[in-house]
Amino acid sequence: MRYNWTDRNLKWMYILPALVFVLVMMLFPIAYTVWISFYEWSMSAITPPAFVGLANYMDLFKDERFLDSVFNTFYFTIVALIAEMVLGLAIAVLFNRSFRGKNIAKTLFLLPMVATPVAMGLVWMLIYEPTIGAANTILKTIGIEPQLFLASMTQVIPSLIVVDVWQWTPMVALILMAGLSTLPVDPYESADVDGATAWQKFVHITLPLLKPTIIIALMLRLIDVLKTFDIIYATTQGGPNFKSETLNIYGYVLGFQYFKMGSTSALLVIFFLIVMAFTLLLIWMKKRLEAA
Amino acid sequence: MKKKLIGTGTAILVTASILAGCGGNDAPAASSPASTASGSAPAASDKPFAGQTVTLVTANHPWSEAITPLLPEFEAATGIKVKVENYFEDQLTQKLTVQFTASSETPDVFMYRPLQDGRLFFKNGWIAPLDDYAKKDADYDFADISASAVNTTTIDGKLAGIPIITERGVLYYRKDLLEQAGIPVPKTLDELVAAAKKLHDPGSEMYGFVARGQRSPLVTQLASYLFSEGGDFITDGKASINTPEAVKAMTTYGTLLKDSGPPGVLNMSWPQAFGIFAQGKVAFLTDADSLYTNAIDPEKSKIGDKVGFALFPAGAAGSKPVNVTAWALSINERSKNKDAAWELIQWATNKENVLKTQQKGNPGARNSVWDNPEATKTFPEELVPIIKESIANGVGHDRPLVVAVGEARDAVGEVVMRVITGDKDVQGAADKANANLQAIIDKDSKR
Repeated sequence: MRYNWTDRNLKWMYILPALVFVLVMMLFPIAYTVWISFYEWSMSAITPPAFVGLANYMDLFKDERFLDSVFNTFYFTIVALIAEMVLGLAIAVLFNRSFRGKNIAKTLFLLPMVATPVAMGLVWMLIYEPTIGAANTILKTIGIEPQLFLASMTQVIPSLIVVDVWQWTPMVALILMAGLSTLPVDPYESADVDGATAWQKFVHITLPLLKPTIIIALMLRLIDVLKTFDIIYATTQGGPNFKSETLNIYGYVLGFQYFKMGSTSALLVIFFLIVMAFTLLLIWMKKRLEAA
Repeated sequence: MKKKLIGTGTAILVTASILAGCGGNDAPAASSPASTASGSAPAASDKPFAGQTVTLVTANHPWSEAITPLLPEFEAATGIKVKVENYFEDQLTQKLTVQFTASSETPDVFMYRPLQDGRLFFKNGWIAPLDDYAKKDADYDFADISASAVNTTTIDGKLAGIPIITERGVLYYRKDLLEQAGIPVPKTLDELVAAAKKLHDPGSEMYGFVARGQRSPLVTQLASYLFSEGGDFITDGKASINTPEAVKAMTTYGTLLKDSGPPGVLNMSWPQAFGIFAQGKVAFLTDADSLYTNAIDPEKSKIGDKVGFALFPAGAAGSKPVNVTAWALSINERSKNKDAAWELIQWATNKENVLKTQQKGNPGARNSVWDNPEATKTFPEELVPIIKESIANGVGHDRPLVVAVGEARDAVGEVVMRVITGDKDVQGAADKANANLQAIIDKDSKR
């Protein structure tokens, strides 16, 4: 009898560790975050959390800094994502041909991706230093006015996007290279027979066939770019004048510098919903593509 | 339908992993079993805490580097085992906050920033009051610790920590540049503004003045300007950063950076400010004296032998630099080994060890040590009298004394940001910031 029970439920046994892990490490923190978002709490051991209903959410939507951080998050994400996808695709196509020294070039090219983001943030901070940094030294030798980069309220996000693109384009290229290597050769052969140009082949064969892979790369990068923290924290901490403060940075400031755990949780819940909405949208797009 | 569910589930999991990535940064909690039972029973009288383990969490600071090699002496003398963990400043606050929130019994002893974290830690019930301990042993001579330093670590009349590192606002200047231009060392803020303007020559990459320009970090350095002009962040429980004195101080600080500063000051905290000063590109710098090695150490500075130090320039109210406790030691309220923990603090802050750590360049809080020429041998000779004078005239805080310090600093910094970015309506910005600061104070009184 007992033997039969284990036998019947064996499949559950196998997934049990994963299930427990998901419950404890993922679902519980999310539920707790949602719960705390209805309270006001400074982590005190003496004053317990006070229930404030939706007040934390209402306050956030009246908070200019929050609205700015939503804007900054989207600005950073959209521009970085487009740049990484276009460059990544171009590089993947380039590496898909064979040429001398390809392997060395490929290895060098992948290096930024394996570097520690915080360390790279510090290196870029030195590069961007307006007076003694390398970037302005180079600009000066080619006759361009020195720039402020991270210390400018308008240049700070573009400067950070450059760092993100530099670091993460290799990952996009890597995924797309894998996708390219699985494409069938016959369509290209028949295109050659019909006398198609390289550009025509790229637009009408490579792109459509590669679409599912592109969407996967897009999804992975989207989630990562949205939650970018290390590069920004290491270089500007959201400054100057909060102009590079993304949702993730503002959440950190609210939580660990202002100790407003309720507001922080409310912000994270909203952030969670934004990321989830994007992810669902991409999954839906991928499904439609597969169905078509 | 089922497929759709799986899709949604994947989306949830993917997003969940993001949240998990944001939050969890707990260092593995150091287990410290108080293994009093095991081991040979020591002579109870002279080593009452033998066999106990005390966890000490320190910041990545020269003080920790100076005290850690001495710990074996303490372990040998008391039989207490000390476990040391070391973190960078911000991670330290974060780690302590997480551990205290989780009601952890460790660490027993921790290093903290009294003005930044002290109020929150104390009001949240995380810090054990040390009043009784400090007076227990007459040889410890608690009264020898500078009164203004102790004032910094006292909250609501209770002693929350023992000061270990003190710092003051001073003026750093380039001797050679002043000599060449025939400019005397500025004694007043007006003279500083004039001298900085005169030495400012951006065309040849020489700048008159540098200091922190990042919104929050600049507040502690602005404080010396504020006090010297006769203002304060809070006066008699009311926000006072829109008074004529405060507006004058913030305008002076912001204008110095705007008109005589290097490009990019908005993204400068002390490492960047000292960096550009050490590159020999700036004539004046105002910041904490405890950071002096960054300006004179030949490994870090091109102009180490040309740096002069001066008392903070006087404003309308004279020279009133900040004179604060930057770091202190305290005991976790939930520690199981409070007595052994105090043993460690008492040992680390006794006259002998304060002398030893001060000789390694850590300005301490003991008056008797400052009077001992042995203690200041490693300091630049001309800095010592300036430190002593600043201790006498200084003010014991450098930021608004509220629980929500981070928020208050951002509110104050806003005004200086406006000055640096060229906003003409400084009074308007100060009025608005004052209202924000008042709201933070009001919220404080309800805690």
